[in-house]
Amino acid sequence: MIGKRTLAYAEGVADDLFKALADSTRRTILDELAERSGQTLFEICSRLSMKHQLGMSRQAVSQHLAVLEAAGLVETRREGRYKFHDLNTAPLRLITERWPPPDPSGPQESTS
Amino acid sequence: MKIHLTSVFVDDQARAERFYTDVLGFVKKHDVPVGGQDRWLTVVSPDEPEGTELLLEPAAHPAAVTYRDALVADGIPLAQFAVDDVHAEYERLRGLGVGFTQEPTEMGPVTTAVFDDTCGNLIQIATEPQ
Repeated sequence: MIGKRTLAYAEGVADDLFKALADSTRRTILDELAERSGQTLFEICSRLSMKHQLGMSRQAVSQHLAVLEAAGLVETRREGRYKFHDLNTAPLRLITERWPPPDPSGPQESTS
Repeated sequence: MKIHLTSVFVDDQARAERFYTDVLGFVKKHDVPVGGQDRWLTVVSPDEPEGTELLLEPAAHPAAVTYRDALVADGIPLAQFAVDDVHAEYERLRGLGVGFTQEPTEMGPVTTAVFDDTCGNLIQIATEPQ
């Protein structure tokens, strides 16, 4: 049986995920990390300003990254003197597990 | 007014001299002892011997360490050099063992890449559209 506390925790995780996704700049960051994982803060800022004309302060980008990190969608790793940001799409499974899309290979909904 | 000199702090001037000349291909312009081990060491592009000089300045000041570490952690380059073809230069430098924190990337109209100069700095190379 799932306890109330577990449910509250699961909803907390979902809140973090949907909050992270509910912002177009953060979705753009995910797009860019999907193109190439392992980017420095500088590269992410450059891509946002040069490719998407999303000129914003480095601090603002850092805050967006912190929200994505809280949701588990972005992970950071230190490599020597550098810090890289990686995309982790695993948390997105929460969505499809909770509301599975129709299986295209499965039986079609009956129309007759 | 003209920009005739700019500088990067380097951990070790001898190593910096080798990297900036042997690896990057700049040529030494001035090399003058200025006290202790320190030298007034500048390089220029072979394409522009009278152009802007880059001073390879000893990073002895304690604040320089903090400053550079913080910038490097976030991947922020301290200087930018123009190249004809970022992709070709990336391959050439990689072949010489240079490490990149950013592979060649199209940033709107400009293509850029970022590498480690082995002397404590990140450097951006860029190709601007013709």
